[in-house]
Amino acid sequence: MIPILGLAVGIVLGLVFDPTVPLWLQPYLPIAVVAALDAVFGGFRARLDGIFDAKVFVISFVSNVVVAALVVFLGDQLGVGAQLSTAVVVVLGIRIFGNAAAIRRHVFRA
Amino acid sequence: MSDQQRPEPDRRPEDDVHPGDDVPDLDAPGSGAPDLDAPAPAADAADRPAQPPEPPAEPARRPGRPRRRRDPLAAALIGVLTLLLGFAFAVQVRTTGTGEDYSSLREEDLVRILDDLDAREDRLREQIADQRAALRDLTNDDSQSEAALQEAQERAEALGILNGTVAAQGPGLLMTIRDPEGRVRVADLLDAVQELRGAGAETMQIDGVRVGVSTAVTGDPGALRVDGVEVDSPYEIRVIGSAQDLETAMNIPGGVVDRVGRQGGSVDIEQSETVVVDALRQLDRPQYAQPDTDDGG
Repeated sequence: MIPILGLAVGIVLGLVFDPTVPLWLQPYLPIAVVAALDAVFGGFRARLDGIFDAKVFVISFVSNVVVAALVVFLGDQLGVGAQLSTAVVVVLGIRIFGNAAAIRRHVFRA
Repeated sequence: MSDQQRPEPDRRPEDDVHPGDDVPDLDAPGSGAPDLDAPAPAADAADRPAQPPEPPAEPARRPGRPRRRRDPLAAALIGVLTLLLGFAFAVQVRTTGTGEDYSSLREEDLVRILDDLDAREDRLREQIADQRAALRDLTNDDSQSEAALQEAQERAEALGILNGTVAAQGPGLLMTIRDPEGRVRVADLLDAVQELRGAGAETMQIDGVRVGVSTAVTGDPGALRVDGVEVDSPYEIRVIGSAQDLETAMNIPGGVVDRVGRQGGSVDIEQSETVVVDALRQLDRPQYAQPDTDDGG
């Protein structure tokens, strides 16, 4: 319940306030969002597996976001930011697909 | 709440309530779980039912996981994190949706795009300058050529009048030289022409023969020829010029009127506002003379 509520409230707040993303944050925000989505999917799957742990979820969520942003940041410093961003998105996307498949198996048994 | 009573171990660990295993959520095995109803208890038992499930769940859990749940803190953290995620998600979608295509580009890409734009701007500016110059040139050319054409036309007309290739009209004299005795000589007629020219005659004709720069008067008294064309008395001379000056020049002592009178002839002079000189000459093409285009002189 709480995660769903949090998501809904956050989306509503974002739409209502519609803030401008600071320039320095613009390259990292999409990556961070994808990383957080990955963590959320993972958490959902873990819950369906019955092994959900709030601590694990919180830590993985934060570290996912931080690591993703850090990788992109490092890539920017090294001059391969665009490529690393793509790499991060690809990896996270694959994981999201994997988690979604597991969730699907739970829900539909298929 | 009935869910909590179930003895199955796997179902017990609910989201916030139970500390899951340390198995990272992300890497949790994806094996198909045996129970379909997992979501249902999750929704129901999500928040408060901390205590009851614990005892039965404890033994069922995998070994070494006796950790306590931390309801409020974990729930708050999860709530905050998901709220942040939703917020960031919405903001990002909004930002992407506003069409700021460049906002997500990296610095080097932006620099490259900026360079491209700069180069394009330079090229376009050059093009503008070129076109402006061309436009200016064309405008100048247009006016210049128009002026040149007009001047050329004026010169052609002036030269045509002088050469006798175009008809002319204007104020001047109608002069009739009567020579009943046939004694007017070539020199008398030539004098008349010269005097008229000296008095400012611009163009003239004698008995229908246009007088030009190469006009010659030949023949004998009584059978004069102008440019090889026989003319008979009375000789009618039409002159365009200042009528007053021309008449004065004719009448000066020892002038044309005087001398023709001495030859037994007479001269009638009539001033007119519109004298028409309509006899034409063929334009002589110079056979030997070439235009000297050297300005050096």
